Amino acid sequence: MSVPDYCRTTGAALQEQQSAVSPLRQYMLLSALTVLLVISVLLALSSGSVSVPLSSVWQQLHNPTPGIEQQILWDLRLPRAMAALVTGGLLALSGVIMQVLLRNPLADPYILGVSGGAAVGALAVILLGVASIWITQAAFAGALLSVFVVFGLAGRQQWSATRLLLTGVVVSAGWGAVINVMLTTSNGNNVQSMLFWLMGDLSQSRTGSWHFVLLLAGLLLMLSQARALNALARGELVAAALGVNVPRLKLILYFTAAMLTATAVTVAGSVGFVGLVIPHMLRLLGARDHRWLLPCSVLLGSSFLLLADTLARTIVAPQQLPVGVLTAMIGVPAFLFILHRGARLP
Amino acid sequence: MTVPIVRTRQLHLQIGNRVLCDQLNLSVTAGQRLAVLGQNGSGKTTLLHALLKLGPTDEDRIEIDGRPLSSWSRAELAKRVGILFQDSHDDMPATVQETVMLGRLPHLPAWRWESEQDLALAEQALKTVGLEQLARRDVGSLSGGERQRLAIASLLTQAPTLYLLDEPSNHLDISFQIKTLSLLSDTVKRDNGALIMATHDINLAARFCDQVLLLHGGGAYTLGAQADVLTDTILSDAYDCDIRHVNTDCGRFFYPGDKL
Repeated sequence: MSVPDYCRTTGAALQEQQSAVSPLRQYMLLSALTVLLVISVLLALSSGSVSVPLSSVWQQLHNPTPGIEQQILWDLRLPRAMAALVTGGLLALSGVIMQVLLRNPLADPYILGVSGGAAVGALAVILLGVASIWITQAAFAGALLSVFVVFGLAGRQQWSATRLLLTGVVVSAGWGAVINVMLTTSNGNNVQSMLFWLMGDLSQSRTGSWHFVLLLAGLLLMLSQARALNALARGELVAAALGVNVPRLKLILYFTAAMLTATAVTVAGSVGFVGLVIPHMLRLLGARDHRWLLPCSVLLGSSFLLLADTLARTIVAPQQLPVGVLTAMIGVPAFLFILHRGARLP
Repeated sequence: MTVPIVRTRQLHLQIGNRVLCDQLNLSVTAGQRLAVLGQNGSGKTTLLHALLKLGPTDEDRIEIDGRPLSSWSRAELAKRVGILFQDSHDDMPATVQETVMLGRLPHLPAWRWESEQDLALAEQALKTVGLEQLARRDVGSLSGGERQRLAIASLLTQAPTLYLLDEPSNHLDISFQIKTLSLLSDTVKRDNGALIMATHDINLAARFCDQVLLLHGGGAYTLGAQADVLTDTILSDAYDCDIRHVNTDCGRFFYPGDKL
């Protein structure tokens, strides 16, 4: 690389300036979010209608001894906590991707009609009386169907952000109509199980190790594209001029976000707010560079859903609230506070 | 014989049914600066975009460093050719510093962080355009002129060999217009680079460019040394407007006459 003479000075001044705004602050943010995640997991394991002290949680995790506490932890709380953790991470990661793909701060993981497609797939199986083991597969198939329908209708690789956004909104509305038809024509017994797919709920959620593998793979894939995402955030032409293969990147983003969201929906139904708000919170906290924003989003998304679900289980115990209610109850004030504070920053 | 940095052979550009240039044979060698002039919609921007594979074009009719454009990967091209766009977008938040660092993207592998030399380039570029005090500001809070200066700083940080400038004087006050173009012009001459500038400002073209490509619309063009192309008659004909000049101690100064 040839460096013009007028640029042959040291980078000390900018390094100093950077350290004031980015690396140190970003490392601290990442560390704080890691600590928050650990605390969130421990809280989720110890809190509930039966309180398990942290010392017992620690002991049961290391050296399980048969008893009621072991059952509560290993059979109920740990699977649910893992479901919340992985779903929160998937949704937040997907939210970051959709926002940069569409360059629209209002984009969220469900913009491609994934949740509607999943709900229709699941409801169809419920209505047809097929064995419940197929519900998850049907939901996943419905979600992917929506992804491909939107992709095809938006013009495949030729889409513009606006066109993709509008197509997603319209297809979602279409799924909404189908869902309403299904709900009004079904009998009362089915409605309760259908609500899971519409509201988001972690009470029956179970995860396998592949969920975590998918989350990690998605994160690593996106990290490999992180600087290209920074460029894409400034526009497609800018990214292309800086050497980014924009059509290929858009395809990667589209299908990665779709897979992550479809997986999250099959674990926990349609949990709102996480994918929309978590990336914004972090940007307002200074993590705008995607090399930081992506891992921070996964950590905060996971913690956020864990805490929301813990509250959903305990706030009116022994009754449980849908976790979607709690994500909004925590997310709205937290987001407004950060937005208000951020507006006063220099 | 030295290989031109840019050469087009019988290049044909059109958008829909509108022909912008036809049979264009262009050659810009090291150290040269070319101005692209023409009325609104005559194809200036389309030509610049074509040189960087940003629009549909016959890539075999354009050569960069003697190689057909079709053989250049986008990543490879971005190390060699940089562009200043007419408009900037700031839908997503980013600081001035983060934006200027994007200029280093073509030079770094995916997993490598910017080195001290990269930071030095960015720092110097911000100083050059007078934005070093605003490094932490969000791009969305900048004025039009500051955004243009930031885009120029980003281009300087990219440090290409071929500079494509689309209306570089947009939003800039007269002082920054002259400073920026002097800097880029000197850089190109010193580093054996090249500069192609699409502009509406005939006087900037006269002052900073050796060659002029004047697009007449419909595919016709006039190409040659600036003294030969920038004449009252040719300009008046191309712009469909009476254009005259006076000689000043800084060269010729063009202005619109009173005949419509």
